[in-house]
Amino acid sequence: MKQKTNPLLSIHSYIVIAFIYLPVLMILIFSFNTSRISSKWEGFTFKWYGSLFSNRYVMDALMNSLTIAITSTIIATVLGTIAAIALRNALKKSKTVLGMLYLPIVVPDIIMGLSLLLLFSQFHFPLGKWTIIIAHVTFSISYVYVIVASRISGMGKQLEEAAQDLGASPWQTFRHITLPAIWPGVLAGAIMAFTLSIDDFMISFFVSGPNSTTLPIYIYGLVKRGISPEINALCTIMIFVSVGLILLAQWLQNKGNRGKKASTLPF
Amino acid sequence: MIQLVNIEKQFAGQPVVHPLSLTIEEGEFLTLLGPSGCGKTTILRMIAGFEQPTVGEIFLDGKNVTELPPNKRDLNLVFQHYALFPHMTVEQNIQFGLKMKKIPAAEQKERIAEAIRLTQLTPLAKRYPHQLSGGQQQRVAIARAIANKPRVLLLDEPLGALDLQLRKNLQAELKQLQRSLGITFVYVTHDQEEAMMMSDRIVIMNTGKIEQIGTPKEIYNRPQTLFAATFIGENNVFNEEDGRMFAVRPEKLIPVSDNSRGSKRTGVIQDIVYLGNVHKLVVHLDHEQTSVSICLDFTDEDTWQIGQQIGIDWSDASEVNIGP
Repeated sequence: MKQKTNPLLSIHSYIVIAFIYLPVLMILIFSFNTSRISSKWEGFTFKWYGSLFSNRYVMDALMNSLTIAITSTIIATVLGTIAAIALRNALKKSKTVLGMLYLPIVVPDIIMGLSLLLLFSQFHFPLGKWTIIIAHVTFSISYVYVIVASRISGMGKQLEEAAQDLGASPWQTFRHITLPAIWPGVLAGAIMAFTLSIDDFMISFFVSGPNSTTLPIYIYGLVKRGISPEINALCTIMIFVSVGLILLAQWLQNKGNRGKKASTLPF
Repeated sequence: MIQLVNIEKQFAGQPVVHPLSLTIEEGEFLTLLGPSGCGKTTILRMIAGFEQPTVGEIFLDGKNVTELPPNKRDLNLVFQHYALFPHMTVEQNIQFGLKMKKIPAAEQKERIAEAIRLTQLTPLAKRYPHQLSGGQQQRVAIARAIANKPRVLLLDEPLGALDLQLRKNLQAELKQLQRSLGITFVYVTHDQEEAMMMSDRIVIMNTGKIEQIGTPKEIYNRPQTLFAATFIGENNVFNEEDGRMFAVRPEKLIPVSDNSRGSKRTGVIQDIVYLGNVHKLVVHLDHEQTSVSICLDFTDEDTWQIGQQIGIDWSDASEVNIGP
């Protein structure tokens, strides 16, 4: 049944979308601006993208970011997946445990960062790449857990029972049946963790040390000296990579959920 | 082949299966029959090893398997919703059990080929489950189970999700398969017609208890409890003034149009139902708040009318006493 929509409502939704995307659009447009001064358009160029890749500091920061993101993603994905499997049955019984797993998602980043800094300094743990990795693992586990757990609860017990009935040991059942069934969820969780790590500024800022400057921290440092078109170019790349990864994660998560309600990411 | 000794099952303190014992013979087709929630599936799952009895022991081929996990039991279960592995082809599904048991590759091939042949799946071997119809998926589930050459095949309402015509065909096929394989079938269903048609013996269950065990013929002709009398086929239950209760099948009742000679009961015809090969009279009894059903075949040439006052008779031998 078609319903008549008030034209004001559709105008409103366009305004909302413009409100969200205008800042991003500005960065995108000015990353192609010939002029060094951001506020004036003088012509189209790719040169800022070029100079970005020949900038040693940018490349160092990128390498740091990638090392940290890949390492923390692997650790968080393994731990989060194991947690989702382990808590599969316990969940119905303990709402408290479930709530505690969600906590890092709702706790403000600034508090996460501060508390981690406090923890590391308490144990005299030298700040650097490893402290950032640990920090990123801490919050990524929750996201991986949420995504993988929803996948597991969707698959039911029948397939695993059928495998056991056919003579598969618990390990064989996991390896041949459970893992292939939850694999899209695991991958989606990993991509989510990677994106969060690459994008994180607040928590990294608290726990970073010398030689562990990540891209967001580097960008923040640059901004203090004025916004250059190079930053715009860098940000544009990061936006596209992040959005691409999030879309991939969503697609993976919904794949195979045919007919069922598509699950959404928790943010 | 299988012995359940004083087994009992409770879920969260609620009894689902009351203490019962049951012996299943080698090579027989035994059906657990009852309405949903009667505990029949729980018994099947206890035999398969997915549930542990709260009390009691289970023996398989003389060996106590009560504590054994499902993968160590020499029997296979066909699940109600088939539980085919979606990421494997028909062939790979059938191969799975053989692979897990590390059976030599040459024998695996042979057994897969045989299972596929027996279940007529040859043209579908390379398909994935989602490319198959319900009936075909059912066949794959059975092929996957019998490829393991189990001593016992457990079937949990395997035809429940299929439409009537397909169900009728598969019932005959399954019965045929059981005869040619010669293995023990333990079949769970709530469909009494299906149970009557396929089984060597039927176990009628209600609210976690066994009501009666017997061949289809025994159960139809000599029901021992009120539940057994009314659950299997149509039946008329009469109460005598001395408290005696007995049942008479509709085809054993004789309508008498001239009831001047005192018949056993009298009543008024409420409805006449034609079913092709037979027709039925629904008669409201005169002195009891109940109706009975009389089944007549082609030999009946009388003309009956709704509202007609008739007598109802039967031979004493047709009475089946129910209850204590």
